Amino acid sequence: MNEVTQEEILKLLCQRLTGLAKADFEITAETNLITQLAIDSIKLLNLIMEIEDNFDISVPVNALTDVITVRDLADLIYRIKSESK
Amino acid sequence: MSLLEKLDRAAAARKAQLPGGIGAFGIPIEAIYSATEARIGGRKILLLGTNNYLGLSFSTECREAAHAAIDAEGTGTTGSRMANGNYSGHRALEAEFADFYHCRSSIVFTTGYQANLGTISALLGKGDVALIDGDSHASIYDGCILSGADVIRFRHNDRDDLEKRLRRLGERSKNTLIIVEGIYSMLGDQAPLADIVNLKKQYGSLLLLDEAHSLGVLGETGQGLVEKTGLNQDVDFITGTFSKSLCGIGGYCVSNHEQLDQMRYVSHPYIFTASPSPATIAATRAALKILSAGTELRKRLWQNAEQLYSALKNIGYQVGPQPGPIVAIILDSPEQALAMWNGLMAANIYVNLILPPAAPEGKSLVRCSINAAHTPEQINYVSQVLSELYAKLH
Repeated sequence: MNEVTQEEILKLLCQRLTGLAKADFEITAETNLITQLAIDSIKLLNLIMEIEDNFDISVPVNALTDVITVRDLADLIYRIKSESK
Repeated sequence: MSLLEKLDRAAAARKAQLPGGIGAFGIPIEAIYSATEARIGGRKILLLGTNNYLGLSFSTECREAAHAAIDAEGTGTTGSRMANGNYSGHRALEAEFADFYHCRSSIVFTTGYQANLGTISALLGKGDVALIDGDSHASIYDGCILSGADVIRFRHNDRDDLEKRLRRLGERSKNTLIIVEGIYSMLGDQAPLADIVNLKKQYGSLLLLDEAHSLGVLGETGQGLVEKTGLNQDVDFITGTFSKSLCGIGGYCVSNHEQLDQMRYVSHPYIFTASPSPATIAATRAALKILSAGTELRKRLWQNAEQLYSALKNIGYQVGPQPGPIVAIILDSPEQALAMWNGLMAANIYVNLILPPAAPEGKSLVRCSINAAHTPEQINYVSQVLSELYAKLH
């Protein structure tokens, strides 16, 4: 994957997170990963490994400290992807 | 959300996950009779959920050594190794660990948790990389976070996945510490150490191996996975604990790198805590002697482990990928695991209940651990009860 936009990353994340959330829970950019989605930490870390492979980047676990919403996560991935070019 | 409300939220999540099953955790042991039996809830219970792999918790030599140390040096050191807590026994045990591993030097820590925390946080800093197995123990995660390094996980025991992530790091792989475990505490499987050593050499990284569950269990003299694989001189740092095969509390790091000694001056989990008590050090020194000469104990341990592992496979249970002292029954839901745990307790057998996220891949585990002191009759009894439970729960 050469060029990717923030919106494309956001869309991909929403798709992947839908598979981890309870049925009929709608994921949006502002969904809070911890309080609203309530997925456990290991599921989130496993998702990060998938994202790393998808975009061929390294996303350190410690960089997730400031991630609260799906948009925060998309922004982080976009920033790392942009810096890796 | 207030500070206390965060704890209320965690309590609610715990109750929602396992209604009525909270009693499975932190169960009080009222009396301990031996390495394999205790009194729980007024009943004599067979212990199949300890980490007492060689069955040394009531060893005469260890108890006598601990008693003598208390009489000679008192109950505690009341200080750090950097100050008044550095007794000759601590130094002697460090020399004995270095000899045991044929390594240049060793450092003793107050707990196994602190051995990982102290070693990892001293080696790594901001800008460095910790590349850790996805199923790593919490002490490894916490050590990495404390260090300020970038923490990257690779898929459990997956050599190709590790290489992919090393390649992605480019030049940063030279400032990377790869961290794996000899035996993993949940499923009981072993790291593919030869592959990992090859990769760390190829990419110029360092390797830390945690032998917490493999010390005393693997290798001719019980060093762990390094001895079983003959890779003792290829691993940069080996950490481990006294609290499993050695039946004490404490931890260690051994290495051939001369910089290990400097860790005493930079590792906060080593410096800012009281040193292990004289009784702990004395009992551990006695236990290490028994462990290194314990070929017969290891033989009995492995006979017991293989007996239970093959019995459970034959019954039809999904178990961990390879036999060993940790035999994990893998179940799809917390409810199934709790039903099995309750069934075993009703039959006077204590095992560990492991629920997500502590269990890998979102599964739940009934974790059995075997030791050298279990008799074939005890293992037969456990197999029979688990066979009946399988018929009832499937």
